[in-house]
Amino acid sequence: MSIKGKAYIMGAYEHPTRDAPDKSTPQLHAECAKGALADAGLTKDDIDGYFCAGDAPGFGAMSMVDYMGLKNVRHMDSTETGGSSYLLHVGHAAQAIAAGKCTVALITLAGRPRQNKFFPGGGGRPGQLTDGPPEAGFENIYGGSTHNTYGMCAMRHMYEYGTTSEQLAWIKVAASHHAQYNEHAFLKDVVTVEQVVNSRMISDPLHLLDCCVVTDGGGALIVTSPEVARSLKRPLVKVIGAGEAPKGPRGGKDLDLTHSGALWSGPIAFEEAGVTPQDMKYASIYDSFTITVLMQLEDLGFCKKGEGGKFVSDGNLISGVGKLPFNTDGGGLCNNHPTNRGGITKVIEAVRQLRGEAHPKVQVPNCDLALAHGTGGSLGTRHGAGTVIMEREA
Amino acid sequence: MSDVQDKPAEGRKIPAPAVTIESKPFWDAAEQGKFLIKRCNACNEPHWYPRALCPFCFSDDTVWEESPGEGVIYTYSTMHRSPTGPYAIGYVTLNEGPAVLTNFVDCDLSKLAIGQKVKVKFQATEGGPPVPVFSPV
Repeated sequence: MSIKGKAYIMGAYEHPTRDAPDKSTPQLHAECAKGALADAGLTKDDIDGYFCAGDAPGFGAMSMVDYMGLKNVRHMDSTETGGSSYLLHVGHAAQAIAAGKCTVALITLAGRPRQNKFFPGGGGRPGQLTDGPPEAGFENIYGGSTHNTYGMCAMRHMYEYGTTSEQLAWIKVAASHHAQYNEHAFLKDVVTVEQVVNSRMISDPLHLLDCCVVTDGGGALIVTSPEVARSLKRPLVKVIGAGEAPKGPRGGKDLDLTHSGALWSGPIAFEEAGVTPQDMKYASIYDSFTITVLMQLEDLGFCKKGEGGKFVSDGNLISGVGKLPFNTDGGGLCNNHPTNRGGITKVIEAVRQLRGEAHPKVQVPNCDLALAHGTGGSLGTRHGAGTVIMEREA
Repeated sequence: MSDVQDKPAEGRKIPAPAVTIESKPFWDAAEQGKFLIKRCNACNEPHWYPRALCPFCFSDDTVWEESPGEGVIYTYSTMHRSPTGPYAIGYVTLNEGPAVLTNFVDCDLSKLAIGQKVKVKFQATEGGPPVPVFSPV
């Protein structure tokens, strides 16, 4: 597939300002977006792809998508190569459009180097103005961490659906059953529901054993063309679907912390792959905390919203026992969460399963379809969700 | 919950908020004890955190509006792993509609509950303007 003839540049806008003491950098990005949309004759709800580089404040595309209230984004790219970034973005946008990943891509650049008295980070400077992520002043002051922002999600999930700490504990129990066979796992001991709920409270309602491990380390993946793949002497693990989505508080309207971006990224990936959640033989599910797994299981369609607690406490996540063996390496909860980013280990264990190279005690028989899903950022504020579906080719 | 704590959250020092040219009017009002939100003149929707462009309709005709700062707790979590003692973070759903991330202070943290009525107050920071926090009413 080539991009040739597959994409058109239909909106272009250069901000008239050359000196902007009275506007923030996020505001300039948004005004540029608005100008380009007007030029194209589109509205912001038409945008389903967003591209930005290092000049956009915040965490990749997360802050700007939320600031602008872009609610239909299903493709994001924050490739950073300095001043040339936006040329790469045009190429990447054309690839994404050619591949059907988005239809209207927005690329923005903005900044205020003349206002160099403003500090760019998210921290406050007493008596001085800053120019960082737009939400920073209203959020970074409240002592939010992963523990308590995910705790807020668990608290609301319990309130709305009657989910219990014992049910959440089953997720850790399942991970520990798998980790006992992984010689490299950071935590190898099998734990019980009682041990989880009696471990010390970190941030209500999450206990110490509801939290993932903190580990050094890393991982890498090689993705190739079909031709290269067939020339190599390894089992063929084919990517058949992928979906992505941002989620944030979006202006605070109708806040719902009981679901994640998986609600949108999952269906995109399943549709592309032409399979359903019930077809999956194995799933790697991001497990920064037990609640992360529960919400994503529901959002991905492995069970109904609100029924995740029952699904996991029936033992469904344990390999050889349940309907959906998950994180057979022990996951982030027991095995590894290198540099506080667990996404790559999710793909790695799914590849092991599809190759038949997982530990024999946890290997899913004839594992030919698998899903890996991750959530980055915070479920309690703004995050990006990614779903990948893979198939073993005979 | 086990390990309930009932000490208030005064132990944690709140850093100075990052004030931008866009958010400065909010913080200037906070110095006067006033809690402002933004509303869009084009679509009439209020939003939080305050922006120059409406996150719903993208109009740049957004205006500051003083809010009584009353609402209910949408969710919360009390952080116990803190060298200065436990503190509670959460969201308040304002009566105007938007949800606001905040801390809950001056109360028995073990008695916090979703749906509880709360009202805004301002808490001093380390050298910056005071920040909005909420207490049960």
